[in-house]
Amino acid sequence: MAEHEQAAPKALILTGFGINCEEEMAAAYRLAGGVPTIVHLNEVLHGRVSIHDFDILNFPGGFSFGDDLGSGVVLANKLRYRQTGTDGRTLLSDIREFVAAGKFVLGICNGFQVLVKLGLLPNLGGNFEPEVTLTHNASGRYEDRWVRLVVNPVANTPFLSGLTTLEVPVRHGEGRLVVPDAATRERIVAQGLNCLTYAGYDDLETGTYPLNPNGADLNCAGLTDPTGHIFGLMPHPEAYLAGCNHPDWGLKKRRGELKDEGEGLAIFKNIVTHLQHRAQEASASVTHA
Amino acid sequence: METNQHSILLTLQPGRHDGDGQRVAADAARHLGLTTGQVRSAALYAVRYPGLSAAQVADFAAACLQDPVLHTVAINELAAPTGFQSYILVAKGPGVTDDEGTSAQNALGDFLNEPIDTRTQHIFSKRLYWVEQALPAADLRRIAEELLGNKLINRFEVGAVADGLRDYTPRPGGGADARTETIVLSGLSDEQLLQLSKDNVYALNLPEMQAIRDHFDQASLREERVGLGLPADPTDCELEILAQTWSEHCKHKEFSAVIKYKNLETGAEEEIDGLFKTFIKGATSEVDRQLRANGNDWLIKVFSDNAGAVRINPESLFVWKVETHNSPSAIDPYGGAITGILGNNRDPLATGIGGARLLFNTNVLCFGNPDYDGPLLTGQLHPRRIFEGVRKGIEDGGNKSGVPTVNGAIIFDDRYRGKPLVYCGTGAVMPMQLAGKDSWEKVILPGDRIIMAGGRVGKDGIHGATFSSIELDEAAPATAVQIGSPITQKLAMDFLILATRRGLIRCSTDNGAGGLSSSIGELALIPGGAVVELEKVPLKYPGLKPWEIFLSESQERFTLAVEPAKLDELLALGREMEVELTDIGFFNAEGSLDVLFDGKPIAGLSLEFLHEGVPRKTLLAEYVKPTAQEPALPPVLDYNDVLLKLLGSLNICSRESVIRQYDHEVKGRTIVKPLMGATGQAPQDAAVVRFNFESWEGVAVSNGILPRMGDLDAYQMSAGSFDEAVRQIISVGGKLPNLTPGDNIFWSVNDNFCVPDSVYDPAINPDGKQKLAKLVQMCQALRDACAAYCIPLTSGKDSMKNDFKADGVKISVPPTVLYSMTAKVADVRQVVTSDFKQADDVIYLLGETYDELGGSEFYQLYNELGANVPKVDFAKAKALYTLVGEANDQQLIQSSHDLSDGGLAVTLAECTFGRDGLGAELDLSGLPAELSVNALLFSESHSRFVVSVAPEDVPAFESILKDRATRLGRVTADGQLRVRHQATELLSLNTTDLRAAWTNGPVNQTIGLEPATALHA
Repeated sequence: MAEHEQAAPKALILTGFGINCEEEMAAAYRLAGGVPTIVHLNEVLHGRVSIHDFDILNFPGGFSFGDDLGSGVVLANKLRYRQTGTDGRTLLSDIREFVAAGKFVLGICNGFQVLVKLGLLPNLGGNFEPEVTLTHNASGRYEDRWVRLVVNPVANTPFLSGLTTLEVPVRHGEGRLVVPDAATRERIVAQGLNCLTYAGYDDLETGTYPLNPNGADLNCAGLTDPTGHIFGLMPHPEAYLAGCNHPDWGLKKRRGELKDEGEGLAIFKNIVTHLQHRAQEASASVTHA
Repeated sequence: METNQHSILLTLQPGRHDGDGQRVAADAARHLGLTTGQVRSAALYAVRYPGLSAAQVADFAAACLQDPVLHTVAINELAAPTGFQSYILVAKGPGVTDDEGTSAQNALGDFLNEPIDTRTQHIFSKRLYWVEQALPAADLRRIAEELLGNKLINRFEVGAVADGLRDYTPRPGGGADARTETIVLSGLSDEQLLQLSKDNVYALNLPEMQAIRDHFDQASLREERVGLGLPADPTDCELEILAQTWSEHCKHKEFSAVIKYKNLETGAEEEIDGLFKTFIKGATSEVDRQLRANGNDWLIKVFSDNAGAVRINPESLFVWKVETHNSPSAIDPYGGAITGILGNNRDPLATGIGGARLLFNTNVLCFGNPDYDGPLLTGQLHPRRIFEGVRKGIEDGGNKSGVPTVNGAIIFDDRYRGKPLVYCGTGAVMPMQLAGKDSWEKVILPGDRIIMAGGRVGKDGIHGATFSSIELDEAAPATAVQIGSPITQKLAMDFLILATRRGLIRCSTDNGAGGLSSSIGELALIPGGAVVELEKVPLKYPGLKPWEIFLSESQERFTLAVEPAKLDELLALGREMEVELTDIGFFNAEGSLDVLFDGKPIAGLSLEFLHEGVPRKTLLAEYVKPTAQEPALPPVLDYNDVLLKLLGSLNICSRESVIRQYDHEVKGRTIVKPLMGATGQAPQDAAVVRFNFESWEGVAVSNGILPRMGDLDAYQMSAGSFDEAVRQIISVGGKLPNLTPGDNIFWSVNDNFCVPDSVYDPAINPDGKQKLAKLVQMCQALRDACAAYCIPLTSGKDSMKNDFKADGVKISVPPTVLYSMTAKVADVRQVVTSDFKQADDVIYLLGETYDELGGSEFYQLYNELGANVPKVDFAKAKALYTLVGEANDQQLIQSSHDLSDGGLAVTLAECTFGRDGLGAELDLSGLPAELSVNALLFSESHSRFVVSVAPEDVPAFESILKDRATRLGRVTADGQLRVRHQATELLSLNTTDLRAAWTNGPVNQTIGLEPATALHA
């Protein structure tokens, strides 16, 4: 490898068992300059692929195990309980080490549900125990509709750096965040872990249906952990990779403002760029040492 | 309760939102007029793993099933919450797919870290509802049967809490039953043959039964059979295989029949040598000739295999198929629709070698009025239940498979209240080459193994193929109903994609109607024979007879032909991806289909007799011109009022509540969705989906269906439906095929005929000849349309018995045809959406308006049919579509919406739905002076568009369209729709009110979308 070349960040994208947004997630990383690899979950569970060979671990959207016991539940169980070797290790133990090594985890929609059920988010207590949940929308229905999100200015995750608002589709039946008590709510807000909020066209937070499509507590669409390394959201930024994915792209075209690139790509570019900078800094500090 | 059975009850903690319970209470009040008080829902599981202790079950429940934030868990305890006096338990019947139970089994395996049997059912999921009021058992049962389940697939227990809760856990199967019976046909009278056919649901007619009897009466054959260890007389398995293979569903006997057609209007008589051969195959051969003569060779595969295929570019094929699933949807709407979707998905998946990647679903549904308040026949479900069940089936079938439902249509007509029509379409992309082989070819060599992949076999769906070939009556067999498992299929789909790319599969096919009998029976034709060892087929539970195993339509299964040398690698991949694969036999070139059970032959049928032995039918058709006249309407109409009523009418109003419950953009490739614009409420003409993220190539998808026009003129109904599908694609910016040499723009149409029983019988179907004449005319129009536009049919289906018969009454669907159309779009960034974009853009009407209100939605408001059916002029339409394509090449059109139900007025209104504040100001004086105002506003003449053009593009646009465009006015910024004619103001309405009338229409009311006012709060 040439001396100045930075290795492109490597994204591991899990699939199998009903996950179904792996292709667009891989496309997002590819378009953002990363190197995505789609891997069946069993290849990881059976030890043929190690998450530690990657920089970002991704849980895409879909219906893992049909969401039969509640969205994300069976997959979360598998990560928590299924032993990946004879030493009693589970994938959750690997994920702990992965995060401790300063790497990143992203979950979208069903993937976000998995992270929440697994206790990776919000992880206020630091011990990966479930603290909040995602359950049936207040409307009682699955819905596909576009929403407007505002980024919490105090959120500290590189995934969202430089972003203030975002329009993206939600496509879920179980996206209502339930925070069980006021104390938990306050801790989430105090640390800015509620990084994305449903908003109206005035960019003000709202609980009004369908602007808040599911009735989530805190009108919250996405969470990070306190380190900002684990990030999950209900809406689908990977479904807005092209300008013409937007429902009103026709008007942008009429005005000559239509871009090839969609706004959802920003999140993936952010993390890829962040990792590249970090690698640059690391190699620079090594050079100067 | 047995010692090895435990129950787990999950209830919501106090104060948690119980959406399911609230919905049941609300629906009971709204649809059944029952006051329940509060309803609380709970999840109940019966765990029947041998050796699992109550403590282990409790640990499992707490760790894996309970959401600590939401649930309270109780083990082996079913106590009601205080204040609740009644209960309803909803369990599944024996052998019914229970995905939730299976998922719990998976979780248990992970939790215990032990290999436990997850392929057969040991955990059973149920729902429990506590009802506050003390309702009589009959009312509780009504809630259960009409709101919570279907008695064909569910078991209900209801009662008073005080009497103690009766639990129910299914116990499928029975004793092993490996018997094969011999059935003697020799010497049976005609009556006895027919009775046998009816008793066994063979759905074979007398000549067919006679042909089978005569076949087995041949002395040489009898001798040969005995030599092979078979009885001389046919076995039950053989008769079942023949009945399935010869079923209308599988052999399309009526589309192959000789038709004696008499036109009573002209006196002309002709003999048609099969509808399929004459009109469908004939038209496509002609189109292919035209295409090839012009250097367009993208038509790769037609009318063979599971789906047709056209070439997108040198690397990839577009494979797609549309089918119906009507009969199952009539008796179990949810199960019928979900198996329809999943079954139709398997067609492109298992075309050629197999392993196409699914790109989209499209669904067209025909129902009775959901507000129907007439009597229901025995076994007939209310149209609202059918609607809601089918909608849910499509939601789960598409969403859980990760396939976007990109568009569709819902048509209401009370003649669909007996048997609904559920059309399921799926498009997919396949590489031209898979592991170095032509992907679309099906090759099998003698010696290749037969592998069954996917789900296990149960009694579900036995007789589906024959059952759908007869009219429905109150005695519909419960086993004809199945529930699909999208998750099982998703696993099999992921597996197939990988296995085909690694070259592990010679070819694949799906197991749909007729199960293994159909899939192996058809694949056997390729090498010239097959041997099946039936005892190897894995079962969901014991107790199936051999023929039942062979004929079962248990879902989510593929049959694969595998080279012996690749078998080990394939089986290893199956284990890795948790897809069950079973070697159940091999192919040979012996000329017969041989079935063994435990080494003993139970069927041995020559492929020639099996596939060619069915006698050809001769059918009678007679055309009588329907009497029709134009109605006398009130001389003065308030057109504002008429337009608002039309927008709120059943066939025009918004379908948003349905559309939003389908995921229409998973895969991230959907460019034109069903509803667009800033409001997300502007209805579009065709969906547009890009193929991948590396290029901007895509496909436009549309559907044309106009059943009511068929009451006036079946030919024009069919021609108009075809034109509707074409013009929707033209509207979004598609270009007609074959206009220039080697333009490589593929188009492909699927035809789907759904007609009432059209076989004349003086006693039971006296108007059969007239119905068949309509079908003939529909086919004639199809041929003419294909040839005119140069669009090939690549696949299609006919469903010939869409009648529901009970209590001496027959409800028949109107003769219906759906044309599902796809076309390549070179650059999805260049396509056009329907909504007006900007004030001062100039609005044109393209095409010609005639006095054609016959069959219109406008007349329907007055319960009139009229006479002047819209007619298609293919030559004029093609010329216009070519000009529109030229204008789009120069990007001159900012919005385009085709005219259909409700005519110009409705189209104009819909064009304003995309954004608040836009309106339009129009003057119709430029349209032909001889037309009445009614015709100007509401005529449903075909081949027309409303387009808007930026002011600076007007000269260029007008120089292309010339006299085919009539300038009507401009887009305004005042939020008003104003239409004048000469000195008269016809319409003056606020566009927000128009949109509210449309949004608050009966469909959104039925499915329960929040009212439009709340949307803008």
